[in-house]
Formats: sequence, C-alpha cells, structure tokens
Amino acid sequence: MAKKRFLEAISLAVREEMEKDEKVFVMGLDIRKGIMGITKGVLEDFGEKRVIDTPLSELGFTGLGVGAAMAGLRPVIEYQINTLHYLGMEQLVNQAAKLRYMTGGQVNIPLTVIVAGAGGGGGMAAQHSDNTYAQLVHLGMKVVVPSTPYDAKGLIKQAIREDDPVVVFDPARINTLRGEVPEEEYYIPLGVGDVKKEGTDVTIVAIGHLVRESLRVAKELEKEGISAEVVDPRTLFPLDKEIILNSVKKTGRLVVVDDGYRFCSFASEVASIVAEEGFEYLKAPIKRVTRAQVPAPYSKILENELIPKQENILASVRSITSIVAKG
Amino acid sequence: MKFKYLTKIKGDVPMSIPQEKKLEMLRSMLRIRYFDEYADELVTEGEVHGEVHQYIGQEAVAVGVCAVLSKDDAITSNHRGHGHLIAKGGSINKMFAELGGRATGYCKGKGGSMHITSLDLGIYGTNGMVGQGVPIAAGVGFAFQYEGKNNVAVTFFGDGAANEGSVHEAMNMAAIWNLPVIFVCENNQYGLTLPVKESVKVEDIADRAQGYGMPGVVVDGMDVLAVHDAVSEAVERARNNGGPTFIEAKTYRYYGHFGSEALIVQDPYRTQEEIDSYREKDPIKRLKDQLLEEGVAEETLNSIEKEVETEIKNGIAFMKESDFPSEEEAYEDAYALTHKTLPVKGWV
Repeated sequence: MAKKRFLEAISLAVREEMEKDEKVFVMGLDIRKGIMGITKGVLEDFGEKRVIDTPLSELGFTGLGVGAAMAGLRPVIEYQINTLHYLGMEQLVNQAAKLRYMTGGQVNIPLTVIVAGAGGGGGMAAQHSDNTYAQLVHLGMKVVVPSTPYDAKGLIKQAIREDDPVVVFDPARINTLRGEVPEEEYYIPLGVGDVKKEGTDVTIVAIGHLVRESLRVAKELEKEGISAEVVDPRTLFPLDKEIILNSVKKTGRLVVVDDGYRFCSFASEVASIVAEEGFEYLKAPIKRVTRAQVPAPYSKILENELIPKQENILASVRSITSIVAKG
Repeated sequence: MKFKYLTKIKGDVPMSIPQEKKLEMLRSMLRIRYFDEYADELVTEGEVHGEVHQYIGQEAVAVGVCAVLSKDDAITSNHRGHGHLIAKGGSINKMFAELGGRATGYCKGKGGSMHITSLDLGIYGTNGMVGQGVPIAAGVGFAFQYEGKNNVAVTFFGDGAANEGSVHEAMNMAAIWNLPVIFVCENNQYGLTLPVKESVKVEDIADRAQGYGMPGVVVDGMDVLAVHDAVSEAVERARNNGGPTFIEAKTYRYYGHFGSEALIVQDPYRTQEEIDSYREKDPIKRLKDQLLEEGVAEETLNSIEKEVETEIKNGIAFMKESDFPSEEEAYEDAYALTHKTLPVKGWV
C-alpha cells in the first residue's frame, strides 16, 4: 500500500469519480490553478468544461450547483475556506438540504461541497478560522469530517456518489498528514464510525485533526496505565451513535473532543446522546473539550490558548479516570 | 458581439400566432384566474393550511412565456407560482390537493402552495425564498449546456427579488458562461408593500442587464401576445448558443401580496384608482377582444370559460375527496440514501 498525504487522497477521490462519471464536475474559486491543492492538475486532465472557475459568488454558484444537481449532474463545489459557507448558507441549508423533503421525494440533489482549509490555527484570525460543521448538522445536512488519508478518499468518493447533498470538511491542519491509501478502489459508507484505537478505561470521541491529537494523548495515557479508546465518527450526520454507545458501555467514561465553539457544538450532541441513551454505563461525568466561546484571535499565543490541545484532552481524561463510581 | 439593449417590444410588428394557439393561451389564462379565485375562497374556508399568493392580473406573463417553451424546457418560479405551474402544464387536481395538504398533492402535502415541483413537466420548483429559484435555474441551464441539450431554462422572479444578491450573481454567471437562461422579471410594481420606485433607482429594471452584458428587454406584461413575442426572440437566441436575456414584464397583481393581506396591512399602500387602471388593461379581456375581432364566436369563448370553471370545481372536489397523509409520512423523503439512525425523531 502506498502512503499518501491527506490532501492527495482528497484529490484522488475527486479524480477517480470524475473519471468514472462524466456527470461529475468541479467548481469553485481558483480551482483551475488548484490553489487549495485539491484540484491541482485536474484542469489538464479533464478540461475546462468540467473544471470551472467561478466568480466570487458563493450564494450564486452554490445555487447553480443545486440546479445542476436537480437536472442530473453531480457537482463538486470547493469552498476555498471554511467560512465561505456563510455566504452560501441559504442555498445550502434552505434549498439543497430541504428540497428533496419539500417536494415529497421528487428531486435528488447529488451535490458535494468540499470545505478546503477548514478549522483554525493558521493565524488567519476570527473570520477565517471557524469550524462550521455543527451549524450544518443542526440543519440536517449530511456532514463528513475525515481524519486520515484513507478515510478521506473513501468518504469523499461516497459523498460524490451519494444522491443527497453532502458537505465534507478538510481539516487544514492535517493536510500534510501521511497514511496508507490502497491502490484498489474502495468506498466508505456515510454514518459508519471507526475505532481508531481500542481501550478499556475511557472513550475519547474525536473528529478531524483532533483524532490525531487524541491518539497521541492515548499513547501518553498508556504510560500512566490508562487505556483509552479513540472513536472517530467520521460522519457527523448521520451519526453512528451505536459505535459511541458501545464504546462507553465498555469504558464507562467519555471525553468528547471537538474544535467547534462550545455551545451547541457537535461535542454537545454526542454528550447529550450518551447522557440520554447511555446513562447507566457512565461511571463519571461526561467531559467536553472544545474551542472557547470567543472568536479566534490572530496572535499565535492567543490563538493557541483557545484551541483544544493535547494537554486539555489529557487533563479532561485524568479528571474523570480518577473518579471511582460509588455503589 | 454587440447586443441591442432595451428593445421595446411593444409597437413592434407582432408575430403571427395561429388562432388555435391563441385560444389555448386564453384557456390557460382563465385556468390561472379561476384557480386563484377559488384558492382564495379555500383559504377563507380554512381548507388551505397557510396562505396563497394570487397570480391574478399577471396571467399574460406566465402564459406568454410558457407558450414558447417545450415540455423539456425548464422553469423555476417563486412564491407567486400558481400561474407558472398552470401555464407549464401543471395538473389542477394535484395542485389543489397540494394546497389542501393531501397525500395526492404534487409534494404529498409537504410543500404546499409555495413549493410545488414537477420535474416531469420541467418545473424545477416554485420557491418560498425570494430570488433563490434564480441561481437554481442558472444551474439547470448549465446542465443543459453541459449535456449539449437544446433546451432553455426560464426563471420567474419579481421586482422585489431583483434586488437579491442571488439574482445578480446568477445573471453574471449566466452571462459569462453564455447559459441558455431567460430571466423573466415580473415587475408588478410592489415588493409586498414597497413600491418599486422606492427600491429601484432606474426606470426599467431591464437596464441592469447591460451591466451584465446581456440583452435587456421591456415588455408590456398585460399583453400575452407581446410577452410571447419577446420571449420567442430570447428563446431563439438561447437555443442558438446566444446566451441569456433579461426580460422585464411590466405587470400588476390585482390582489394583495397574499389573499388575506387586508387583515394584516391595515393601511392600504395602493389606491383603488391605481388597481382599476390596471384592471382596465386586463390581459384576459384583451385577448378575448382580439379573438372576437378575428371573428371567433362569443359562444366559443364562453364555452371555454365554462369548461375551465368546471375543471377548477372538479379539482377542488378531487382535493376534498383525497386523503391526508398519515402521520408517519412526516418522517419520509428527507434523504435519498437513508441510514439506520434515520429518521431522527424529536424525543426518545
């Protein structure tokens, strides 16, 4: 198996689906020059008809994608950076995500949106550093946040093939992460999570780049004799809640790690599901490790303060593994 | 290529339209008028759960446009969409059933008046959000071009929507990519209560077309034949790879923004004189007069009207006889590919 970088895996997924199906085309800002890396060289291989540089009109080209998808094409839209989805929001959540239901199932909208450069930590300050997935999940959009090159490729291929709109977040911080990607074709179904590391004492549910951080934490915890299980849901909606509940059933403890803002975060949803449906498994309170509820600042020292890090995850795990259930 | 901007269609030599087609256009306008008049009663009677935005007064626009289109051409529409649906071939029965929230409606009762869709008829949705059907039409036009089809996509929107960013973004993309899209702006003079003169600085909204590099046309939207001619030219251009056209149809709605508007808007924003002045230009009466002038018997016109009224009454009967959806239906249709954890209910 060849090792590929995360960004290469995304690119491969898009290319393979374009090769397979003429109806797949890519559209976005500066994609012919492959500025975010995902569509590098795609223009040369697939031509102008299928690789479209749009004007700076996020609402408009998202809507155009919705119409093209209704008419049978399979658009792949790249948002150059996370927060651009605010500009496309009406078409994303009020049109794409609702029209199938509103029309009584008459229309399919096979639209894939890849949010390149998602997340923070790059010194872009508040307007370019949000993780915007929780809002989309709240509104019923299918949302994917891969954490490894292998998952990224299989999930994105599936997203493109899905007859529903899907938004995929590419966590910018792991763009250079290398991992095994097989040559042969594979798809990963949406809504199926993955246990990235097995353990018995505590469950860490993490998404995106924080899966890697959580795995590092788990290694650290081994030294202290704490066995952590790291669960990656991979798809935030639909959510594989069984994999989470089963893990908590085994470990009795849960820490949810999410680089979204704390209130109404994805971590909040996981915590509430476990509190509601897995209360009897819990030996200790559920802990959430999230971004602070303030905009991301520019200065490195300030930015770093607010974003979840290994030390925060470690502290949270330690705070509940020391608790021994009474009775 | 240099475009002729701001063609004033009115006064040009009219195209020759066969009388049979004109009679069909009359029938279509009558179906719209009767549909929306009866729909208003249904709201009052409490048979319609929600509101209805009557198209009455604007019939010439929908019918003039759709008379030029084939079944495989596409339209997108807005909240005031009944006219567009009927003109594009929508079933009166299924439309009434949708208004009544019945399982037999176009959307199984999930969309209601503002969201009726039928891809089979090329209706890519009416739309509850102002200006949002416009980029969707650009996308359908994009798909036609992408697949080398010779079809066009028409989008209907109002003078209010003309100020939405989505409309401008779609116009720009349609122009730069030469998409087969016709932007039909139905300027009915008011965005709910706001007069167009207070929301648009220029006299003709079609002037804006020039800024995007597409022809802009102003047409008398109370004259179905003039609309037909203006759209024919635009469709012809679009089918021959000539790109988009912006057509502003000056028109008027006789009713309020929605049927029971008067209950909410206490202070009328239009004078009776103004409303009457447009009623005098009534598009249905105008076409009838022309047909009579051409020698069509009054009896023929009357029998068309009677047939239409019967069809409408039958549609309402169909609605009333139809079943409501079962409660479980509320959880269906959200996703094409479903999942073991879906649907998510609101309590466990």
